[in-house]
Amino acid sequence: MQESKEPLIRTAGLKKSFGDNMVLDGIDVEIFEGEKVVVIGPSGSGKSTFLRCLNRLETPTGGAVYFQGKELTQDTDLEEYRRQMGMVFQHFNLFPHLTVLKNVTLAAVDARLRERKKLKLKTPKKQIVAEEKARAMKLLARIGLEDKADAYPSTLSGGQKQRIAIVRALAVGPKVMLFDEPTSALDPEMVGEVLSLMKELADEGMTMIVVTHEMRFAREVSTRVLFMDGGKIVADGPPQEIFGAPKDDRLKSFLAKVL
Amino acid sequence: MLYLLNAKTLAERFRSAFLVDNRWQLYFQGLGNTLLISLFAVTIGVFLGFIFAMIVYTHSKTGKLKVLSFLSNLYVTVIRGTPVVLQLFIMYFIVLVSVKNGIVVGAVTFGLNSAAYVAEVARAGLSSIDEGQMEAGRSLGLSYAKTMLKIILPQAIRNIIPALFNEFIALVKETSVAGYVGILELGKVPGLIQSRTFDYLFPLLFASVLYLAVVYSLTLVEKCIEKALSRSDRNAGIKITGGRKKCRKAKSL
Ligand SMILES: Nc1ncnc2c1ncn2[C@@H]1O[C@H](COP(=O)(O)OP(=O)(O)OP(=O)(O)O)[C@@H](O)[C@H]1O
Ligand SMILES: [Mg+2]
Repeated sequence: MQESKEPLIRTAGLKKSFGDNMVLDGIDVEIFEGEKVVVIGPSGSGKSTFLRCLNRLETPTGGAVYFQGKELTQDTDLEEYRRQMGMVFQHFNLFPHLTVLKNVTLAAVDARLRERKKLKLKTPKKQIVAEEKARAMKLLARIGLEDKADAYPSTLSGGQKQRIAIVRALAVGPKVMLFDEPTSALDPEMVGEVLSLMKELADEGMTMIVVTHEMRFAREVSTRVLFMDGGKIVADGPPQEIFGAPKDDRLKSFLAKVL
Repeated sequence: MLYLLNAKTLAERFRSAFLVDNRWQLYFQGLGNTLLISLFAVTIGVFLGFIFAMIVYTHSKTGKLKVLSFLSNLYVTVIRGTPVVLQLFIMYFIVLVSVKNGIVVGAVTFGLNSAAYVAEVARAGLSSIDEGQMEAGRSLGLSYAKTMLKIILPQAIRNIIPALFNEFIALVKETSVAGYVGILELGKVPGLIQSRTFDYLFPLLFASVLYLAVVYSLTLVEKCIEKALSRSDRNAGIKITGGRKKCRKAKSL
């Protein structure tokens, strides 16, 4: 069924090096709509760099990335492109000088205003702001934090911050969500609330690529696991296979350490 | 000492320092010019300084703007490496020799001078912001410029308010060298009056008091700006407007 479909994201020989340090050494992968991909691997294996090459926070030094069949080139409108890819960071990276509501609406309003300019629409700015606010409030209500709309990030717990960061990324209307160790900086008691929000997203059909050390999440939520080592994808398969019957030796020794 | 405290002499000296020929007006004329030069200079300094800082910062982060960044660094090095008096002479006698208005020459000189110092302060402020902020902005589809303007700059400015005000205060006092090229600013007034009364006591005292009042007002403004900005660091929930009200009070003082 999926064979006939075009992958949402495809990389071909994707390479990234920092100086002499080859961090991604030829990544070929196809990710289809609706897949929940978990990326695991030892520290320094290039997991973060892989995600960051997908949304062009890093410029690859070789190979190509295709999004919905179109190759990313010099001419790609990166701002437009990045709005299709939400990214959630380990350290949340909320904007501390803005209220929670403003954190969520800032990029969405900006996107609408750019669209208005491009299409020469006549929608008043006020209306756009009001609409985006309403949408943001709905998103905040969904995670039970609408009462924090006017609060500043410094007053929130880590779990609240990360859930708001997720909502902030969703507000721009992405087709795929990238998570880079979203629970690694959290106190243990707050990991659950973030993972369950991510699970909800997964259940709604959001395409997700998640770098994580949460093996339970990988087993229960993912449809596919990528194991990276030394800048390469060493193993790629459904979680049952990766965790249940690992073939690769490096994968076996990695799992022995983390499980 | 006794001579100093002699009431009759003191009254006489006071009269000649302030009242004779309406000399008190000179102090305020000088103060006005000092404020005018400082205000224009700060405006020029902040505007150019931030531009230089953003150029250097952008180069350090993205590798772009190589030539502009080199020029900015060169500018900062040269300006900071030479005395402001010489810069003033260069402006007054060479570069802006055709400009008749001393205030303009002063404003431009001190503005260009201040830009170098502001640039250093602002650059430090920009690099104090966590890299994750730019990445978050970009990952949300904001352009580099938008992220800079809406996310990095506001936070950077907030971090450097104290250093910026130090620079403003230094600048106000530094404009007193403009007297060297005949601009009637506050620092020149005591000498001017002394040349007529042969008495420095009250002119120096009063000019100092006026400088102090200006500098002190600046620190008050700084305090209330800091207060207004710190509202996001405190308290859960509601925006606090108290900082702003205090500012209004401080201004009316
Ligand atoms: N901006 C950079 N400049 C230089 N080297 C970098 C940069 N970013 C990453 N690296 C290097 O790339 C390698 C892989 O980094 P990456 O962050 O992708 O690994 P990771 O798999 O995410 O590891 P971790 O589990 O520790 O997060 C590391 O050796 C790191 O030092
Ligand atoms: Mg990483």
